[in-house]
Amino acid sequence: MSGPSTFVPKSALGRWFESRLPVMGLVHSSFVAYPTPRNLNYWWTFGAILSFMLGAQIITGVVLAMHYTPHVDMAFNSVESIMRDVNWGWFLRYAHANGASMFFIAVYVHMLRGLYYGSYKAPREVLWILGVIIYLLMMATGFMGYVLPWGQMSFWGAKVITNLFSAIPFVGDTITTWLWGGYSVDNPTLNRFFSLHYLLPFMIAGVVILHVWALHVVGQNNPDGVEVKNVEKDTVPFTPYATIKDSFAVVVFLILYAWFIFFTPNFLGEADNYIMANPLVTPPHIVPEWYYLPFYAILRAVPNKLLGVCALFGAILILAFLPWLDTSRVRSGKYRPAFKVFFWLFVLCALGLGYLGAQPPDDGPVLAARILSLYYFGFFLVILPLLGLFETPKTPPASIADAVLGKGASGANH
Amino acid sequence: MLFIATGAAAAVGAGAVAWPLINQMNPDASSIAAGAAVEVDLSAIKEGQIVTIKWRGNPIFVRHRTKKEIEDAQNANLGEMRDPQTDAARVKKPEWLVLIGVCTHLGCIPQGHDGQYDGWLCHCHGSVYDTSGRIRQGPAPRNLEVPAYTFLSDTKLSVG
Ligand code: HEM
Ligand code: FES
Repeated sequence: MSGPSTFVPKSALGRWFESRLPVMGLVHSSFVAYPTPRNLNYWWTFGAILSFMLGAQIITGVVLAMHYTPHVDMAFNSVESIMRDVNWGWFLRYAHANGASMFFIAVYVHMLRGLYYGSYKAPREVLWILGVIIYLLMMATGFMGYVLPWGQMSFWGAKVITNLFSAIPFVGDTITTWLWGGYSVDNPTLNRFFSLHYLLPFMIAGVVILHVWALHVVGQNNPDGVEVKNVEKDTVPFTPYATIKDSFAVVVFLILYAWFIFFTPNFLGEADNYIMANPLVTPPHIVPEWYYLPFYAILRAVPNKLLGVCALFGAILILAFLPWLDTSRVRSGKYRPAFKVFFWLFVLCALGLGYLGAQPPDDGPVLAARILSLYYFGFFLVILPLLGLFETPKTPPASIADAVLGKGASGANH
Repeated sequence: MLFIATGAAAAVGAGAVAWPLINQMNPDASSIAAGAAVEVDLSAIKEGQIVTIKWRGNPIFVRHRTKKEIEDAQNANLGEMRDPQTDAARVKKPEWLVLIGVCTHLGCIPQGHDGQYDGWLCHCHGSVYDTSGRIRQGPAPRNLEVPAYTFLSDTKLSVG
């Protein structure tokens, strides 16, 4: 995707096909010859891990859908029959349920990588925003997927989350009724959620293509945050360098994934979801999936319904404005001593909010969540804009080659 | 001229197709029909008891209030309420309180005989309702809703 391809297939058939649809050349220029900065570290392998997880979710999902019945009377039992009767059904379901968690682990690492190394800064704003869109679609997909087994958490999670829209002034109730297709979460809701849960991953795949396209137009950022100046000296070809490193990272990630599937498949789930949905009984303590907990804590930290819902969505949407909130001239956090401190505090703050989101809404946890929510928003709205003005950054190396090989390497002749 | 006419036709056409696509998600005829009224036998509900029935997929609370609960509800200070309403405006007969049992915050079912006012407490995010179902504390913006209901006789109630 970077300029005209010089790829010429070896076989005559290949050349015949290539002159009619140059798809091999596209793959070659994007994933074989594509120049990648030579200083990339393992945090840059999470893009490949994410692509792998999207594929894994689509494959396991499509086969689960062959056995799943989206009806309030049958959904719960069809999932139980997947677990007990369908050949390898337990494996496919655990792979899919834990796959969603692994997908989110990977996306959080990937986003924090971007945050630390300033990957959202010019000229990568569109690339970053496409990432935020993927993240939003993932959240919607995961939420609707969790509703499908029709357990108690499925039902009450669906009820609470769809009710977020009832906070919208004047039209809120009309919108929730429209979302439900009824007067509460019911069969029409389950049906449409299944339809959309099937659709959204393919929309994600579409946005991923745009994301990679945008990436290959502006080029990858790198740990030193300096642009590629000399393709010869600053980069190495994608294949074999990135291919093998990414594959290795995927394998290591798979070990963790497999450990969850085979040794503790319900660790990230909720026991209550093995009780069939009951619209007349709310479980005493409802919690969303772990990957939504920080935002749930922010919602509960605000004592007003509308403002709470605004804070929840604001906490996610603020990410899209990050390129313009960070005023620093220096891209990579590696050369920003004060930013580093605030960055790690932000990571702790997000983890803390996640912990608090799972606690009952008592005074102590709610007060702590208020303080952490202030830091969360303060980080984006106050710290990042001011830091660029007051911080004295270190001087980044003149080039990637300099960063890797020591000063002057970019000027040295080979 | 041709451009404007084509553009206008396309816009009208797009709108005409979009509406069915949007409106199909609203409650269908069968869900609306399922909203018919349900009857409750009041003679089986003892003083102090709350009975929950299902209407349109949601719980309805029928609470046979005690003297104390009625007095608490009537004497509460409207000035300190988020959604001020007299108790009289929320009941037809003081001993019978009929409510849609859906927390006006995010839709959980509040727990009866619980919370500071011994009305309801919603465990999801801590909304506290009094013995008239009025919001007194926590994030919920409005009082528990009163559904349409009529007394068919002294012991029979029809909700919906
Ligand atoms: C972005 C990728 C996807 C994510 C993050 C995701 C997430 C989830 C989650 C969290 C569940 C609930 C698992 C449980 O607790 O049982 C679920 C269930 C389900 N998903 Fe997906 N999913 C994805 C893609 C797909 C695709 C492409 C399909 C294809 C039809 C699919 C079909 C299903 C089915 C049938 C269920 C219900 C069975 C079950 O509960 O295990 N999913 N999904
Ligand atoms: S749903 Fe009742 S307090 Fe949030």
